[in-house]
Amino acid sequence: MRLLNRRPGNIGVVASAATPFVLALVVYVAASGVRLAENPDDKLLPSLVTVGEAIERVALTPDRRTGDYILWTDTAASLKRLFIGVGLAAAVGLAVGVPNGLLPWFGAFFSPWVRAMSMIPPLAILPILFIVFGIGELAKVMLIVLGTAPFLMRDIEQRVRELPREQLVKAQTLDGTTWQITLRVVLPQVLPRLVDGVRLSLGSAWLFLIAAEAIASTDGLGYRIFLVRRYLSMDVILPYVVWITLLAFLLDFALRRVNRRCFPWYGV
Amino acid sequence: MSLVDVRNVWKRYPGKTVLENVRLEVDEHEFVTIVGASGCGKTTFLRMLLGEVEPCQGVIEIAGERLVPEPRADRGVVFQRYSVFPHLTVLGNVLLGLEFADSRVLGRTFGRRRRLAVDRAEAMLDRVGLLSSASNYPSQLSGGMQQRLALAQTLITEPSILLLDEPFGALDPGIRTDMHSLVRELHRELGLTVFMITHDISEGFSLGSRLLVFDKPRLDPHEPDLYGATITFDLPVGNRPDLDSVVENLNVT
Ligand SMILES: Nc1ncnc2c1ncn2[C@@H]1O[C@H](COP(=O)(O)OP(=O)(O)OP(=O)(O)O)[C@@H](O)[C@H]1O
Ligand SMILES: [Mg+2]
Repeated sequence: MRLLNRRPGNIGVVASAATPFVLALVVYVAASGVRLAENPDDKLLPSLVTVGEAIERVALTPDRRTGDYILWTDTAASLKRLFIGVGLAAAVGLAVGVPNGLLPWFGAFFSPWVRAMSMIPPLAILPILFIVFGIGELAKVMLIVLGTAPFLMRDIEQRVRELPREQLVKAQTLDGTTWQITLRVVLPQVLPRLVDGVRLSLGSAWLFLIAAEAIASTDGLGYRIFLVRRYLSMDVILPYVVWITLLAFLLDFALRRVNRRCFPWYGV
Repeated sequence: MSLVDVRNVWKRYPGKTVLENVRLEVDEHEFVTIVGASGCGKTTFLRMLLGEVEPCQGVIEIAGERLVPEPRADRGVVFQRYSVFPHLTVLGNVLLGLEFADSRVLGRTFGRRRRLAVDRAEAMLDRVGLLSSASNYPSQLSGGMQQRLALAQTLITEPSILLLDEPFGALDPGIRTDMHSLVRELHRELGLTVFMITHDISEGFSLGSRLLVFDKPRLDPHEPDLYGATITFDLPVGNRPDLDSVVENLNVT
């Protein structure tokens, strides 16, 4: 049988997917063992035991000064910024993208503007954000909004333009007004596409979140990583990175579920 | 006075003339079928009747009034594809026109008015044989069922003119015959005026009461896009109400 026709079975799928992860772990443990054998004080590749202790310290033990569980307060702070930022960006993306794609006059005004703005590298204007909004929460949230909204606006505009012309004509022959057609025909079809757009932009949202936290913050996952970097605390950095990755994965998974649950007609 | 009056209509696109000097008068309740070579401008003509495309020259009047270049509720349409809304159930698709009429702000009806609307929509679905699929999404329907849904959705708002652009082009022959009788019945029951484009000449002859042939009367072999198509034949054909009764009488005896 040709290779392109051979498929793994149920067990095969799980086993194949797990193999690279297990391998990576094995390689890490081996490399860490080698380095620690040479120099027990080596900080670069801490042993799993050291990492486990660090996890216990940040996740399960209250901080001596503040009494907080650091990992959880960091997670809460970061997720709050991420949700507000991405939520605002999604709202802006919808509010600008839909009329841009649907109304020729609106698009004539704002479509070129959005395209131009989306060329600005958001990190380049981070200093401006700090100057304008101070170094509080607002600047960090704004960076996420400015970083992800242009993509969402353009994406939604494109999705609206992709709706078959026939549908819009049909809705007009049913005597729908522009507003009714937006509400009943365009918006419901764009929402699952917005969720997909948000899924795609979560990657850059995390990037901007961590960048903003690294530069000006007193809590958050990004803040913590850059703080402990000074002490070469790989035993904290590594679990934080894994944790962020896991959060990102879970968010993506949840959004996919939302799409399947709320929009059963979508993508069948 | 005729219902649809097309007077010397031209349509040109940059570098090509699609339609030239089209003239046509159609009375109420006529069933007009349209045939012609691919790319000769049949869809363009239908889209002009729809109001989606504006003629470059000439006038289209409907019931004595100049056509506003915008789709309106007096002209329903079924395209070959994309005629139904994929995000609405079968029932939702048929309800949409009623909900638009009932609620200008939300485009959605509730309570007792909704129940009345649902009753009407269900009666229409029953008429086209889709009642048992009312809660399905269009993607779960076969091609023929989707086109029947498109018909039901359009007819619920009671248009006086029905525009069909190769509505059965993608269906296999058996289902096509079913659709023919459905359309013919609806045409008679609802007193519609129908324009239907088809690639199938026999469909054109048997289904309509009048057959239009679009073709180029002049052709420059070196520059085929120079001249446009127009109505070259306008024939009275098969499905004429007067003949229908004769046929029915024959069937009885
Ligand atoms: N927006 C447009 N810009 C330029 N040319 C166009 C446009 N719309 C249609 N045409 C041209 O007009 C001609 C007629 O197109 P139309 O779709 O009306 O043909 P048709 O008779 O419906 O063909 P078919 O039987 O294949 O559906 C085609 O040659 C097409 O290229
Ligand atoms: Mg066509």
